[in-house]
Order: sequence, then structure tokens, then C-alpha cells
Amino acid sequence: MGEVIVITSGKGGVGKTTTTANIGAGLSLEGKSVVLIDTDIGLRNLDVVLGLENRIVYDLVDVVEGVCKIKQALIKDKRFKGLYLLPAAQTRDKSAVKPDQMITLCKELTKEFDYILIDCPAGIEQGFKNAVAGADRAIIVTTPEVSAVRDADRIIGLLEANEIKDTRLIVNRIKMSMVKRGDMLSIADVIDLLAVELIGVVPDDEKIQATTNRGEPAISDTKSPAGRAYRNITKRITGENVPLMDLEENKGLLGSLIKVFGRKQDK
Amino acid sequence: MFDFSGLFKKNPPSRDVAKERLKLVLINDRTGLSPRTLEELRVEITKVISKYLEIDEESLDIQMTNTRSEDGTTVVPALIANIPIKKVKGKATTRK
Repeated sequence: MGEVIVITSGKGGVGKTTTTANIGAGLSLEGKSVVLIDTDIGLRNLDVVLGLENRIVYDLVDVVEGVCKIKQALIKDKRFKGLYLLPAAQTRDKSAVKPDQMITLCKELTKEFDYILIDCPAGIEQGFKNAVAGADRAIIVTTPEVSAVRDADRIIGLLEANEIKDTRLIVNRIKMSMVKRGDMLSIADVIDLLAVELIGVVPDDEKIQATTNRGEPAISDTKSPAGRAYRNITKRITGENVPLMDLEENKGLLGSLIKVFGRKQDK
Repeated sequence: MFDFSGLFKKNPPSRDVAKERLKLVLINDRTGLSPRTLEELRVEITKVISKYLEIDEESLDIQMTNTRSEDGTTVVPALIANIPIKKVKGKATTRK
């Protein structure tokens, strides 16, 4: 039986789709079979991020409406063994799929695949409800910004209401130099505020832009710091105990030092 | 509103300001308690306590915060009140 993990954030533009693509590719590199489902109907992007946009024949809506079989709609990624994409429909809207249909679809897929990753749209409406309906676990992506952290907190509350107990956090696009300067929330700050367990930290990395331009997940770029972070996160998802990267540890330590210093200043 | 003058006096790093602002915003979001409701609560609490104790209203501080539940699995909101007592009414004892 496979596991269904929803990747969500509340706020748009924090890196849900990039995270989904990279974790998906990472899991396939670990020898797992994976289906990525883009639930952002009407604003699909996982296909372009993965470089599979030219191979779409059927989509999620076709599957739930019974126009095609699930297998027919799955796009096999030739670069990553065992990685498949179920793209969103682009010409429909979120109401084209219902939560119970997602539950059925996820159940069906877990019979054959190790992991089902659901790329959730921004927002807390129908698209979010569809995306979380069939999920066993959740990964929340946030950036160290007030708006993203605030929205992540809302999402954590909504996930609890949806009885998703296993919720982990990815802090994305952290800039070590800015944290040091006192101009960016640290990992410790974000965890403190959201009170949710961390599964990884992804440093801000220009390579993400470049690899996404090419439709290649950064995880296969050994020189990319973000790619390395995603590889660690992938391993943690499969249950491996991987310590935080050096970069991340420094941040944590520095974070707490600045915190102590900051508190003294307050008084 | 709360008195944050002490917090901002020394022009703290934007990171600390962000964290403090977020703390309050998240509490409001989670509980649905607006700053106005909290202020009303503060006034009421002051009134009740003043019946029995002479308190230092200037340095009275009441705020919502988050704390781990007893079993440590969830985070629950908590009301934290710091109420310096000047004197217990009817007694001559003072507290420093």
C-alpha cells in the first residue's frame, strides 16, 4: 500500500510545485514508484516544471469523469524510473473534481505505487479541499516571510480539521546571510511560530530558476544546494534519518544565538 | 493596544519585529480574538483584580500566546497575564 502526501502552503509562489517535482524525482531516484498529481485545475504548472508539457493527452478531470483509464492519463517520465505525472486540466476549474473522487483516485493509485504526491493549489477553497481529501500526510512549504508563515499557520489548522495528523514543514528559500544580518526569520523562528515538525530546509538557490527553465528537477544537479536539500528531504520521507545539512545547522545555531541576543535587547 | 514602546526603542532587527508581529497575528487568526476584544478583556480583568489587590496598572501586561498542550502533541492558545501587585487590600504588606 502506497502513501498519499499532499504538498500545500496556503500562499502561492512559495515553491509547492518545485518541491513536488523535486521530491517526486528524488523518490524515484530512491527506487520508489511515484505518481505526482497536479490538482491546480485551470492553472496547471507541474507539467512545465517537470518538462512534460508536450506529452499531455489526458488529465485529472478526464480520469475522474471516466473519459479515460487512470493508466492512460499517467505520463511516464523517461528520465526518472518509476515517476509518473497526472496533469491537471487547464480548461476547466476547481469544481470539476470533488473530494470524494480524489479519495477514490488516491486509493486506486496506492494499490500500485509507493508514493502519491499531490501538488495543492494556493488558497483554502475547493482546490485545497480536493487536494487534501485523499491525503495521509502533509508537507507544508513556507518561506521565511510574514505572509507565507501566516498562511501556513491557517493551513496547519485546516489540516488538523481534516484529520491529517502527520504534518511536516519545509522552510524554503532561506538566505543564511540575511538571517545572520537579522533581516530574515530563522528556521528556529519559523518552527517556533508554527509549532510543527521540520522535514527540511531548502536554501535560496539561483540554480532552481535555471533548472526550471529547462524543465529539469534541480535534484539531479549535484552542484545545486537546493537539489542537495531536496535529496535529504526525500530520504527523510522514506524514513531515513538524515541530519540537517551543515548549512542548515549553522543557521539553527546562529538563529538561536541571535534569538538570545535579541531577547536581551528587548528588556 | 499593548505597549510595545520598549520593544521598538532600540530599533531591533526586522527579523525580530516580524516574529513579534506574526506571534500576535497568528493568535488572532487562531482564536478569532481581535486586539480590541483583548483590550476589553484587559480592562475587565483589571477591574476584577482591583477589587482585591492594588495593582500596578501601568505595567500590567496581558497577552495571548501559544503553548504546547499537556501531552505535548498540539499547540493551544493561552492567556498570559503579568500583573504586578502593589498591595493586598486590607493588609499592610507591600510587594516589591
